[in-house]
Amino acid sequence: MFYREAGQFKTTYAADSALFPILQDKIGIVLILFVAFILVPLTASDFAIDSILTPILVFSLAAIGLNLLTGYTGLLSLGTGGFMGVGAYACYKLATFFPGINIVVLIICSGFFAAAAGILFGLPSLRIKGFYLSVATLASQFFLSWCFIRIPWLYNYNVSASIEVPTRTLFGVPVTGPTATPATRYIVVLAIVSIMTWLASNLIRGRIGRTWMAVRDMDIAAELIGIKLYQTKLLAFAVSSFYCGVAGAMLVFLWLGNAESESFNINQSFLILFMVIIGGLGSLLGSFLGAALIWGLPIVLRTVPGFFNLSIKAATVEHITFMTLGALIILFLIAEPNGLARLWQIGKQKLRVWPFPY
Amino acid sequence: MHLLYQIFIDPFVQMGTAPDLFVQTLWEGLVTGVLYSLIALGFVLIFKASGVFNFAQGIMVVFAALALVGFYEHGVPAYLALGLTIVLMLILAFAVERLILRPLVNQAEIILFMATFGLTYFLIGFGELIFGGDPKVMISGALGLPSGSYQIKTLGGFVQMQKIDIAAAIIASLMVASLGIFFQKTRIGRALRAVADSHRAALSVGISLEQIWVIVWFAAGIVALATGIMWGARSNVSFALEIIALKALPVLILGGFTSIPGAIVGGIIIGLGEKIGEFYWGPLFGSGIEDWLAYVIALVFLLFRPQGLFGERIIERI
Amino acid sequence: MRAPSGPEIAVGDVLLSVENVSLSFGGVKAVTDVSFDIRKGEIRAIIGPNGAGKTSMLNVINGFYHPQQGRITFKGKARGHMRPYDAAYGGIARTFQNVALFRGMTALDNVMTGRSLKMRRGFLWQLLRHGPALAEEVEHRHRVEEIIDFLKIQDIRRVPVGRLPYGLQKRVELGRALAMEPELLLLDEPMAGMNIEEKEDMSRFILDVNDYYGTTIALIEHDMGVVMDLSDRVVVLDHGIKIADGTPDDVKKDQAVIDAYLGVAH
Repeated sequence: MFYREAGQFKTTYAADSALFPILQDKIGIVLILFVAFILVPLTASDFAIDSILTPILVFSLAAIGLNLLTGYTGLLSLGTGGFMGVGAYACYKLATFFPGINIVVLIICSGFFAAAAGILFGLPSLRIKGFYLSVATLASQFFLSWCFIRIPWLYNYNVSASIEVPTRTLFGVPVTGPTATPATRYIVVLAIVSIMTWLASNLIRGRIGRTWMAVRDMDIAAELIGIKLYQTKLLAFAVSSFYCGVAGAMLVFLWLGNAESESFNINQSFLILFMVIIGGLGSLLGSFLGAALIWGLPIVLRTVPGFFNLSIKAATVEHITFMTLGALIILFLIAEPNGLARLWQIGKQKLRVWPFPY
Repeated sequence: MHLLYQIFIDPFVQMGTAPDLFVQTLWEGLVTGVLYSLIALGFVLIFKASGVFNFAQGIMVVFAALALVGFYEHGVPAYLALGLTIVLMLILAFAVERLILRPLVNQAEIILFMATFGLTYFLIGFGELIFGGDPKVMISGALGLPSGSYQIKTLGGFVQMQKIDIAAAIIASLMVASLGIFFQKTRIGRALRAVADSHRAALSVGISLEQIWVIVWFAAGIVALATGIMWGARSNVSFALEIIALKALPVLILGGFTSIPGAIVGGIIIGLGEKIGEFYWGPLFGSGIEDWLAYVIALVFLLFRPQGLFGERIIERI
Repeated sequence: MRAPSGPEIAVGDVLLSVENVSLSFGGVKAVTDVSFDIRKGEIRAIIGPNGAGKTSMLNVINGFYHPQQGRITFKGKARGHMRPYDAAYGGIARTFQNVALFRGMTALDNVMTGRSLKMRRGFLWQLLRHGPALAEEVEHRHRVEEIIDFLKIQDIRRVPVGRLPYGLQKRVELGRALAMEPELLLLDEPMAGMNIEEKEDMSRFILDVNDYYGTTIALIEHDMGVVMDLSDRVVVLDHGIKIADGTPDDVKKDQAVIDAYLGVAH
């Protein structure tokens, strides 16, 4: 009932640096996981799962990936869509070559291909910084987009130039392809996202996370205290792209069922970047909040006028979505550069001292 | 072997055997390059004076062109529409200064950079909402711009030059020249250069930052409008041009962020490289390489000369 | 932390020597043909008027600038072209004239970052943060907490350093350098912009570090009183040239030094 930490004393440094140091938070996360894993699949409609929850989770993972690179290591990337695409196409080719191997394993493996691409396109970060680097990542975005269109081998020479997901099962239940139910796919996505979020939180709380943040805050000083910049930056690129790659593979295999190069173009990169900015640079929780807000925004804009019996053209909704998105980005950068995650923290702090704030 | 031949020998043989086509390609590259230069010029203006890397410059080009055609379509005479669009760009400059730059003053450059992403998206949504999302035809006829082309018989073939392209090249040169004079000779120009060097020092000698910002954003808006008209005359006006507008970024990398000559030379190098690459090497890779060739040229260049063609080497201090 | 060693009054061996180092940027000479040495266990001051090349000298010592001429020998080994992290691995730590902390991180994390190069557990353990990785983290946290206690910054552990006042930032920065357990600690104007009490505190910390951990210290400082009280030997630079080298008392009497500081009629 009351959000208090009084009386909870930490007696070890391990407990002090735990992910959820406060008992109430521990209860909270268990509750959230219970709802997400059990209640939602049992009660939510297919529509709610397939057009709201699954995509939010998929985009959250991509946003976490970008956040590790941009929010934690300070390297601004505009190539997220491309790296997601590498994951998706790699997964498709793997599924073609190794039909016998479990699809979840393949989805994870495809992350390694994205990581390799990330390292390759991250190499310029050793010489250049800031805007220059973001232009370099733009190069990777356009190059990869071009590959997805011009190399027919990637989509098995389909006439439609798109990838169609084959049906694969896990424990006898179909998890990909047309026969898999939204709920099953949702649970697989949720499991992957939960585990990978936990792993990311481990990374950023330890040595690697600190070296990333050190490079972000002041790379010269970081080098002078013994941090190797090239290792640190390339590792950030690799891990970030791994996350994006897995997200891309999930986007195709566990959500859309098929995809074209369009799904991985520059606009996708921007959308993920906006999720990170609005959610909060340098916050894992923010990645989820940002994904939810940006994915939810057009849905809200589409449905709200319906309540008032107004009919607005689909194109108009799209235009308004763009405007709102742009305005939100600017608004957040001005008012709360640390994004929704910071607002959440402030809320928690208020709760801690409620009802006597002084 | 054959592939090596195709990559390293054959294109040059083609250039030699059909020189008229080569010249035609050079011309195309040059014209594209001039347009890239113009977009880059807008970037450089804003970056010099406010330290903002304005990602939205490309969108401002499309926005200005769209507004011009949009006004005309609503029955406004062409030259009045031009005037109205200029006023619109002034309003935009004021709005940007008041709503984005002023609240974000003293923030990290990267924050301002990201804010211009927001501006980009806002302008796309706003432009399409007001003027519609369908591609439009530029009103070059009504504005009195030349159409048609010259056929020049040379080198055993024909080289075709669109009159509008020639006009674009002339207008671009005039614009650069007048900007140069403006920067060097006028009081505001001197203030601009002072602000570019150091915001705080400029403030301390009584230069109004707000005023300077409005002026440069307005100047960049005018440059954007001119670019938009030229570009629109060559193809349709729609936000699909956004992708092409982003090509100004590699141009900047080549030329340096603060150098107007750099923007011009960089634009022409990128334009030429891209068209020649596409025409002679593109078929080998299944065409469309001009989508990314510019970036790769810039990237390779960046690895060897991080400060750009005309930029100065920066000594890191701590 | 190394075991506390007794006060070393006797002059130790040469830890680092700078021989005929020249450094220029373009045509501007920052340092010209400077030679001096730093002996183990001493506090060595580098002084000189503004623009004398003191900070450039520190930057050369820890590998951030590469001199055009000259040689640097550290622990008996001459160093060629090296990156700053090589210096860090070799045992040289550094604080900066304008505090160079990681502003977005807490004081605790800043000091922990100093331990990075001592931590061994690889990526996969870091991912899991269990077993050896957690044990390592906790072990280093113990060391860091000792430093935090030593510098009396317990209460600001969790504060992002960007929000701390200047004096405390300097202290956290010293903590980060100490966390590296350096053999040679370079302090670039550790007391710049401090009031008298803060200066006294900082002087105390510097002496304690030298005393308690036996760390050799080279420092740049403008406050002559502080320099004369703290340092064992002083080297004086002016316009990139060494004009004096010796004990504080010798240097104080040196005519060239007096001229450099007070100006001389030409």
